[in-house]
Amino acid sequence: MTTIERPAYKVIGSRPVRPDGVEKVTGKAQYAADPRPQGVVFGKILRSPHAHARIVSIDTSEAERHPGVLGIVTAADFPQAEDKVQDLGEGAVNLRELSDNILASEKVLYRGHAIAAVAAASPHEAEAAAQKIRVEYEVLTPVTNVLDAMREDAPLLNETRHTKMMGGQHSERPSNIAAYNQFKAGDADAGLAESDLVVEREFTTSMVHQGYIEPQSSTASWNADGTITIWTSTQGAFVVRAQVAEVLRIPVARIKVIPMEIGGGFGGKIPIYLDPVAALLSKKSGRPVKLSMNRTEVFEGTGPTSGTVISVKAGAKDGKLHAVQATLRYEAGAYPGSPVGAGAMTMLAPYDLEHVEIHTFDVVVNKPKTSAYRAPGSPAAAFAMESVVDELARTLKIDPLQFRLNSASKEGTKQVTGVPFARIGNEEVLNTAMTHPHYTAPIEGPYRGRGVASGYWFNGGMQSSVVVAVNPDGTVNLVEGSTDIGGTRASLAMQLAETLSIPYDAIRPIVADTDSIGHNDVTGGSRTTVASGMAVYQAGQDVIREMSSRAARLWSVTPEDVSYEDGVFHCLKDSTKELTFKELAAQGARTGGPIAGRASLVARGAGGAFGTHIVDVEVDPGTGKTTILRYTAVQDVGTAIHPSYVEGQIQGGVVQGIGWALNEEFVYDENGRMLNSSFLDYRMPTALDVPLIDAVIVEVPNPGHPYGVRGVGEVPIVPPLAAIANAVADATGHRFTQLPLSPRRLIEELDGGD
Amino acid sequence: MTRTHVETRLNGVERDFLCEPRQSLLEVLRDELGLTGTKEGCNNGNCGACSVILDGRIVNSCCVLAVEIEGQDLQTIEGVAHGDQLHPLQSAFLDEAALQCGICTPGFIMASKALLDREPDADEARIRHWLAGNLCRCTGYDKIVRAVRRAETAMEEMNA
Repeated sequence: MTTIERPAYKVIGSRPVRPDGVEKVTGKAQYAADPRPQGVVFGKILRSPHAHARIVSIDTSEAERHPGVLGIVTAADFPQAEDKVQDLGEGAVNLRELSDNILASEKVLYRGHAIAAVAAASPHEAEAAAQKIRVEYEVLTPVTNVLDAMREDAPLLNETRHTKMMGGQHSERPSNIAAYNQFKAGDADAGLAESDLVVEREFTTSMVHQGYIEPQSSTASWNADGTITIWTSTQGAFVVRAQVAEVLRIPVARIKVIPMEIGGGFGGKIPIYLDPVAALLSKKSGRPVKLSMNRTEVFEGTGPTSGTVISVKAGAKDGKLHAVQATLRYEAGAYPGSPVGAGAMTMLAPYDLEHVEIHTFDVVVNKPKTSAYRAPGSPAAAFAMESVVDELARTLKIDPLQFRLNSASKEGTKQVTGVPFARIGNEEVLNTAMTHPHYTAPIEGPYRGRGVASGYWFNGGMQSSVVVAVNPDGTVNLVEGSTDIGGTRASLAMQLAETLSIPYDAIRPIVADTDSIGHNDVTGGSRTTVASGMAVYQAGQDVIREMSSRAARLWSVTPEDVSYEDGVFHCLKDSTKELTFKELAAQGARTGGPIAGRASLVARGAGGAFGTHIVDVEVDPGTGKTTILRYTAVQDVGTAIHPSYVEGQIQGGVVQGIGWALNEEFVYDENGRMLNSSFLDYRMPTALDVPLIDAVIVEVPNPGHPYGVRGVGEVPIVPPLAAIANAVADATGHRFTQLPLSPRRLIEELDGGD
Repeated sequence: MTRTHVETRLNGVERDFLCEPRQSLLEVLRDELGLTGTKEGCNNGNCGACSVILDGRIVNSCCVLAVEIEGQDLQTIEGVAHGDQLHPLQSAFLDEAALQCGICTPGFIMASKALLDREPDADEARIRHWLAGNLCRCTGYDKIVRAVRRAETAMEEMNA
């Protein structure tokens, strides 16, 4: 662990057991599919077998007569949603498109697109009844590839969609290109012309899925008083509530969303799919309805991340990156909204260079609507950029990390948006990687190679709200509204313990439902430990202020005459008077009532962060299999609140990146049907596929956060794609520009390659 | 549909239940017996989230019909701890921070238990091979492997 300028903390930096741990290792923790409200029945969704078709008619009469059927819902049951855009935190959505994506009204735009839903006494009956719904389609030609979709003669997903250009103008012709944008600084043409070396390449990545192990599940009860209760798996209960309110046109206060424990999300559990359908089925059946996806539905019917085609032309001058021209084309899926903008804004973040020109295209295709996936947009862009940087450095015979150091962004460097960086840890990360024993050890042997790559993510701020209640025995309830995907109860309780100078064990964190705490944005964008952490800090300060005034009342002094240090309140007017936190907590009833603190904020000052990865691989030229021999991930996290969970985030992100690099892809046939919608055929890494991952924590505190936190979860998935491709290039002498680097692709390109 | 009577030994206790012949063991555990600690991730034997121990063997409960367990001994995650006395594997998962979202954790603990019950000194390679039937998407497996090694040490000390 490399630490720069960090104060001495008591709790922060320790490794306590997480508050929800015992429930999760004993099987007691309740996830979305677990609750069984009294009288619950089961729903099943009917999905489109076609990738692109007009819905001519839907006939539910036979299904309605199926024994045990309690209700059927189609898009006709939805009120017409407003054609407006709502920001969900990690990406904005148009509510009419959201509604259409939940249940298709006029057209189906991808195989797996939901059309209707049935409620019945058992899941088996619901499934049998759903098969009896007759849908007549006019089948249309699908387009599933971003380059095909951009052609002028491509089949159009939406005949009324025109390309949204910069400045709000629209293209004259309708198009599958939903949006075009550009970023410019300096003069890229001139910069490339004066470069010592220029490399130009085109890169392709496939659509990949977050692969959370828990399928989406939602149980809804439309109550007799017109209120709705929803038990669901989500990264943001308040965002579910807002979306359901919009789609069903119901006041927000009448909807209560209970966030269950969440079995992984990685961005994929921000949009809603099941919740309003379960609610309407409940209204029709008069019973609580449980609606769960199976794994095929998750692959075919939820949002993965974009397949991409990215062109990069980059020039080096005087041993540094000098000029870059790039074109990013991202598949949005069935509706606009790929993370292409974030790709453009992150790909050059590690570099300080003069001349930049980036063009971005957001393109709809007949595949599921994409949603956020860990550092959305950044990994594919980094794959392209970091591959080209590697090639520049190697051709110039400069160490690839040294080349990055020569060109490294630092505090004050202007980003492609023109906004200068605040204090960042890019150089510290690169220096730590260069001197790491992994990097200084030799790599030898045939078909073995080493690769490095860097990556960046902004990290999030956004809205958080917490309440801290001090109990008479000195214990504390921390009520927060951020779903705990990977240990944030612990990281927030630790920050509160630090703020209040009380033991971690004295704090009980609770993830509350939407009736019980103010709005909290999603657990996404690596924001929770940062932003809810800021709220926890402010609420803790609020408690200390309140308790100081209570002590002042007891001592007949003013609150300014009370200080708080190391868990003890002192009277500045009389040094014999002091009360511990616990002693004063017991005085609540005598000094003005229950003691509580609160904070609601829009977090500013989130700190962007960098990672640099080193990987050794061995390629088997006979089978095409790539084995990861050793992996080291160096990352600036600002401050590691709970180092074990920081390491875990880094290791998990790396392994998702390994899967993306080597095996994972959505495979489609010519009719737009996904051919590998199971965990057998969509090949995610197993324990056998990866080595131990050395997570090296660098701490360059974020000046915008009271404890210097930057956020952790997203950066580690950015570098692996390029790092592994660079290692394979080192091992084989062949530059691969298409992912995944599956055995088949390796064999094909190595046998017939250039 | 006619329901079949099944007698089994569940977490050390004689137990009987009625089920439809088409119901999987996973479905019966969760929907009929209320034992929701066993999780569904894929329902076709590829993720291991529903791992249980049947007559000493690790199986995916989604791929076993409930009627098949007649007369067999079944262990689920609910039977691993005794009251607040955690199994060394459970303690090790907590101490090593070997879970993030936790949905795969019951399956990993059952699979690891089946391994350590027969091979208490399995090395890292053996553990990785054994656990290859269980998918985790959060941890990258590093801390899970370390937790199983830690549990081996703890169990060895307990038995010494």
